[in-house]
Amino acid sequence: MSAVSSRTGRSLVLLAPLLLFLIGFFVWPLFSMMSQAVSDPAVLRLLPRSAEVLTDWDRKSPPTMPMQTALMEDLKAVDDDQALGDMVRRLNSARSGFRTLMSKTMSALEDTANPPADLVSIDKRWEKPEFWLAIADALSPLTDRNLLAAVDLGRNAAGDIEHLPADRSVNRVILVRTFWIAALVTFACAAIGFPYAMIAASLTGWKRDLMLAAVLLPLWTSLLVRTAAWFILLQEKGLINDLLQTLALIDAPLPLIFNRTGVIIAMTHVLLPFMVLPIYSVLITIPKNLMPAAASLGAPPWRAFLRVLLPLSLRGVASGSLLVFISAIGYYITPALIGGPGDQMISSIIAFYATGSANWGMAGALGVVLLIATLLLYSVYARLSTDEPGRR
Amino acid sequence: MAEFIRFDRITKFYGPLCVVENLALGIGKGEFVSLLGPSGSGKTTLLMMLAGFEQPTSGNILLDGTAINDVPTHKRDMGVVFQSYALFPHMSVGENVAFPLQMRRLGKAEIAERVARALDMVQLSAFVDRRPSQLSGGQQQRVALSRALVFEPRVVLMDEPLGALDKQLREQMQLDIRDLHRRLGVTIVFVTHDQSEALTMSDRVAVFNKGKIEQIGTPRQVYDEPATRFVAEFIGETNLVEGVVEAVQGQEATVRLRSGAHIVSAVSGSVASGQPVFLSIRPERVDLSETRGEARNCLETEVTDSVYQGDHLRVQLQNAAQPLIAKLGRRSREFPPGTKVYAAFSAGDCRVIAP
Ligand SMILES: Nc1ncnc2c1ncn2[C@@H]1O[C@H](COP(=O)(O)OP(=O)(O)OP(=O)(O)O)[C@@H](O)[C@H]1O
Ligand SMILES: [Mg+2]
Repeated sequence: MSAVSSRTGRSLVLLAPLLLFLIGFFVWPLFSMMSQAVSDPAVLRLLPRSAEVLTDWDRKSPPTMPMQTALMEDLKAVDDDQALGDMVRRLNSARSGFRTLMSKTMSALEDTANPPADLVSIDKRWEKPEFWLAIADALSPLTDRNLLAAVDLGRNAAGDIEHLPADRSVNRVILVRTFWIAALVTFACAAIGFPYAMIAASLTGWKRDLMLAAVLLPLWTSLLVRTAAWFILLQEKGLINDLLQTLALIDAPLPLIFNRTGVIIAMTHVLLPFMVLPIYSVLITIPKNLMPAAASLGAPPWRAFLRVLLPLSLRGVASGSLLVFISAIGYYITPALIGGPGDQMISSIIAFYATGSANWGMAGALGVVLLIATLLLYSVYARLSTDEPGRR
Repeated sequence: MAEFIRFDRITKFYGPLCVVENLALGIGKGEFVSLLGPSGSGKTTLLMMLAGFEQPTSGNILLDGTAINDVPTHKRDMGVVFQSYALFPHMSVGENVAFPLQMRRLGKAEIAERVARALDMVQLSAFVDRRPSQLSGGQQQRVALSRALVFEPRVVLMDEPLGALDKQLREQMQLDIRDLHRRLGVTIVFVTHDQSEALTMSDRVAVFNKGKIEQIGTPRQVYDEPATRFVAEFIGETNLVEGVVEAVQGQEATVRLRSGAHIVSAVSGSVASGQPVFLSIRPERVDLSETRGEARNCLETEVTDSVYQGDHLRVQLQNAAQPLIAKLGRRSREFPPGTKVYAAFSAGDCRVIAP
C-alpha cells in the first residue's frame, strides 16, 4: 500500500515540471482570459465605501443616511475622469436618467463653497431605490455584458436580454463568416487531402517519403513566410496570373488577392497537412488485402472503394476535418494579409480588442465563444468516434 | 477428369528476380490441388496470378479453355481465402458473407437465404450480427471460407488459410474443408508449406521449389515415389544413401553403396548403369533384426542411439560411416546402443533418385 502511494508520489514529482508548465502557460492564461470576460471591477474600484455600506442594504427601502454619505465621499474622491465616464455609461445603460443625475450630482459636490448635506437634497431622484439598485448591481465584480455583446446581445433598462442595435451588431456577422470560411477550407482540404493521402499510402519507398515530405516541409516553414509567399503568387501581377496570361487562358488578371478566393487558397495550403496526416495514418492501418479481397468477391474498383476503403478511412477524415476546422476558426495572419475587409475573421476582432482598444473583457468574451464552439465540435466528434463500428 | 485450369508456360519476374519459371500445370474440374513448397518458392505468386492480382511476365492462364490474362479480378469469379482472412472489419459477419452477393446484385430475399445457408454450412449461424473482431481465429477463418463459397465461384483459391490456427484447430479445419470440397464439388487450389496438410487434404500435390514444380502427383505418389532429391527430403523424413547404379532390370535397379553392399531398388525416372545416384529409404519402412532375414535388401549396421518417442521408437544406425535412421512401431523391442543389427527393407520401399 505505502509502496504504491510512494510510487505515485514519485511519479507526481517527476511529472511536476510538466504540470507546472501546463498550469503556468496554458491553464492560467486561459483561465485569466476567461475571467476577464466576465469580470468588471471598474465600479467597485471607484466606490469602495459605498460597496461596504450597500452590502447591509435590503434592496427595497429608501436609502439610509450612511449610504448617502458613503457615496458622496466616494464620488468626491474620484480623480479619474475616464473611469468615471465608464461607470456612468454602465449605470446609465442599467437605469436611464443616470447620466443627467450624475452630472448634476458631480457639479453639486464640486461646489465647495456650499456643500450639500445629503444626496437627496441635490436631486429628489436619489430617494428612489431603483437608482441605488443600479449602483448595487454595478458593484458586483461579475458581469455577463461582454459575453452577451460577443454575440450581439445586451441587457435593456429592465434587465432583459435583447439584440443590440444594428450599428453595434458586427460580431455575429463575423462569427458566421469565420465558421463559413473554416467550413470551406475544411471542405477544400478534405477534397484535396483524401486523394493525396490515398496515393501516398498506396506508394512505397522513396515515392511515399517524397509525398509525405512535400506535405510536411511547409509545416516547418513559418506561417508568415508561407502566407507572404502566397501574397506574391496571388498578386495581380503575380506568378499565377502571369502564367495564365502567358498561356492566353485569361485576358485580364483574375482577382485572387484581397478577397475570399485568396484567403481560401492560402488557408487550404497551410492547413492541408492537418488533413493529410490523420487520413494517411488511418489508411496505412487498413490491411492491404481488403481491396484485393473485395475485388475477388466481385467488386469493381469504385464499388470496392465506396464499400470498403471509404468507410474504413472516415475516422481519419473526421479527425482531419476537426483539426483543420478548429485551426481555421482561429486564423489571423492569413486573412489579415491576403483577405479584404470583408474577409476578416473573429481573431482579428479579438486582436483589435486586445491590442487596439485594450478591452480585455471583450477580447476574452470572444475567446470564450471560440472555445465553446471548439469544445462543442470536439464533443460531437468524440461521440461519433466512439459510436463508430469496426473500431474496437 | 476434364482439365479446367491450365498454366501455360508461366514466367513471372519481380524486377530481375525470377519467381516463377516456365511453369506448366493443369488442374481438373472439381479437383483439390495443393501447391506445396518452402517459403519463397513462388506458391503465393502463382495463386495471385490465377486470382488476377498479378500479371504473368509471359505465358497464359487458361480457364475452361479461354485465356484469362486480361480479365480483371472482379470478373474472374474466383473465391479467395487469404492467410489473414481479409474480413471487412466494419461489417458484421452476415454483411461480410452477403458482400459478394450484393456485388452480383441479387435480390434481398435470395441474399438472406444464401447467407443463412452459407453460415449454416460452417456452423456460424449464431454469429451473423457479430463483428469479425469479436470472433476467434478459427471462427474468422470459417467466415472467410463461407464468404468465398457463398457465390458459388468456379474456383476457390486458398493461401495458407490455416497458418494462423493452433494445431488442433488446424487439423479439424483440414477435415472440414476436405469435407466441404467433397460435398460441393468445387475446384480448389490450396497453398501450403505444411506437407502433412497437403497430404491430408489434396487429390494431387504439386511440390514447388524455386519457382518450378519438382513433382506433381497424388499424396501417395509424392511420398512413396519421390522424383527428385528435393521432394524426398521435403516431404516426410528419409534416408539418403549415395551409390552407383550397377545394373537396370525394368522397374528395378541394382545399386552398389560405398560400403560395397548391393541394394535392389525401384526406379521412377530413367537411370543408366554406372550413374551415381541417391537411394531414398523411408525410416518407417526399415525393419531391424539380429539375424539376416529373407528380405532382398539387408545392411549390417550398429545401433548408435535409440530414442523412445511415444508413438514410435527412433533408432540411429551406422553402416560403414553411413548414418541411417529407422522408425519402429512402439511394440518393437529395445535396441541398446552398440547392438549389431541387420536393417532390412524390400525393393519397393526404396527409390533410386538421379541427383
Ligand atoms: N511484390 C513483390 N515484389 C518483389 N518481390 C516479390 C513480391 N512478392 C513476392 N516476391 C518475391 O517472390 C518470391 C516468391 O514469393 P511468394 O510469395 O510467391 O512465395 P511463397 O511460396 O508464397 O512463400 P511463403 O510460403 O513464404 O508464403 C520471394 O522471393 C519474394 O521475395
Ligand atoms: Mg505465400
